[in-house]
Amino acid sequence: MSAKRKDQLATAGLYVIVGIIITVLAGLLGFVFVKGVPQLSWQFITSPPQIFKEGGGVGPQLFNSFYLLVLTLIISVPIAIGAGIYLAEYAKDHWIIRCIRVLIEVLSSLPSIVVGLFGFLFFVLYMGWGFSILSGAFALSVFNLPLLVRVIEQSIHNVPKSQREAGWALGFSKWETITTIILPAALPGIVTGIILASGRVFGEAAALIYTAGMSTPIIDFTNWNPLSPTSPLHPFRPAETMAVHIWKINGEGIMPDAAAISDGAAALLIISILFFNFTSRFIGNLLFKKMGAN
Amino acid sequence: MNVVETIEQSVIQTENLQFYYDTHHALKDINLKFEEKKITALIGPSGCGKSTFLRTMNRMNDLIPGVKTEGAIWIGKENIIESSIDPVELRKKVGMVFQHASVFPFSIYGNIAYGPRIHGERNKKVLDEIVEENLRAAALWDEVKDHLDQSATGLSGGQQQRLTIARTLATKPDILLMDEPTSALDPISTAKVEELIQTLKEHYTIIIVTHNMQQAARISDFTAFFLNGEVKEYGQTATIFNNPLNSETKDYIAGKFG
Ligand SMILES: Nc1ncnc2c1ncn2[C@@H]1O[C@H](COP(=O)(O)OP(=O)(O)OP(=O)(O)O)[C@@H](O)[C@H]1O
Ligand SMILES: [Mg+2]
Repeated sequence: MSAKRKDQLATAGLYVIVGIIITVLAGLLGFVFVKGVPQLSWQFITSPPQIFKEGGGVGPQLFNSFYLLVLTLIISVPIAIGAGIYLAEYAKDHWIIRCIRVLIEVLSSLPSIVVGLFGFLFFVLYMGWGFSILSGAFALSVFNLPLLVRVIEQSIHNVPKSQREAGWALGFSKWETITTIILPAALPGIVTGIILASGRVFGEAAALIYTAGMSTPIIDFTNWNPLSPTSPLHPFRPAETMAVHIWKINGEGIMPDAAAISDGAAALLIISILFFNFTSRFIGNLLFKKMGAN
Repeated sequence: MNVVETIEQSVIQTENLQFYYDTHHALKDINLKFEEKKITALIGPSGCGKSTFLRTMNRMNDLIPGVKTEGAIWIGKENIIESSIDPVELRKKVGMVFQHASVFPFSIYGNIAYGPRIHGERNKKVLDEIVEENLRAAALWDEVKDHLDQSATGLSGGQQQRLTIARTLATKPDILLMDEPTSALDPISTAKVEELIQTLKEHYTIIIVTHNMQQAARISDFTAFFLNGEVKEYGQTATIFNNPLNSETKDYIAGKFG
């Protein structure tokens, strides 16, 4: 077979694989949207669920998903960036460091239910935080940190050595070089890591059932004092997220329109993920421009 | 080693300089004086230690684990290899330009303003002036003045190299180290950078590594020939190229090896 023929075959093969992936993805998204989007309405997005009647919404769950995400990111991103910088820039090639890397790899493939049970034992019971947003956020941080650390370390590592040397040669200290040259250059990769981690937060149910709980108390969306128990921001209240809600009503929902609500919630969840995806890329770009010192 | 002419006004002087990568003795007893506001070319075959030597002078080698430097490098009255010297401060005075232009993935303006800004200059007006002054000094101003906010990675290779030179100048060094600054460039860009280097000599002491014999002959005042980590011959460029004393220098310049 000639090189040209081989090339054509390989190209055709790649197109077929890509075609299959796109078809599966489009089919899945299409299915969720066709069934779910007709259920969406302002009322659905803003009102609380009904237990026995039709016409309930997923307002609190939607809010919980985002709030949990924000808390999780506030906890995990700084730690992950710190750890990523350490591993990529400071860690020597030592057996302890190699052990840490292996551990991180093992942790990143830990089943989420295990993380959930750990969170239950440690944050809910031992720390005494009960079923709460905070317990959930910490459990999800544990769940996400290994992945985040690896992605961030990798993107820092991928910044060419010449950029580092250029910084040092300009008389920047190591720390200045890291914060002003390497981090901005690694930012696109870091944003990708955060988006991946966020997708997991939005979609996670198992790790949350035992930590953030499966209920939402009556919350008052006009009360934004985080210390008040009826405030949406109160960190020690239980908080069922969208994914947990979908899981719950599919198992035990007794409202007559359970299937429709679950369809609508699924579509809404995907839209939220897409929305978050685009906004974080947008913010990432803005940040990149700003850090690029124009 | 034959020092043909004695150099009168030296700003940099190395004394029995030794350098090791772990056990590899990469620089052997280097004794060189560099004259102020002159261009000195370092030539020699690949692997003979030119880059290593250049990088001892702004202590870039410090960042490689397991290296050892002995002897002295005097810049002014200070021996800069001593641990009391802060390499970060030193690198502001001894700027370096690399073989591959490593522009930052920021705007053209940002690339130049970066050093001064990190070193504490916040005034936008002053920064504007610094950017213009150094882009002019690097003979790039006319080509980029209308799109300073565009990404520097969009410039041509030669423009990028002149940008990194401008960026280095913006930190106000006294000495410029250049490691094969034109080896990745086409002839026209090379000519522009060479021209630039010659105008820079008015204000800076320049040490340049090059594999291009014509370039060394064209732009430098002094030339040092390195071989296997030693300096085999050092003197005025014209002498080195026309009447080398050392037979290895002669063979190398004649293109017999390297
Ligand atoms: N980071 C390093 N670790 C160990 N050895 C090194 C390192 N860098 C260079 N060397 C060795 O030191 C010697 C001198 O290398 P150097 O890069 O200074 O040569 P050079 O004259 O600049 O060569 P070229 O013209 O190819 O750039 C070589 O034998 C090289 O293998
Ligand atoms: Mg070299």
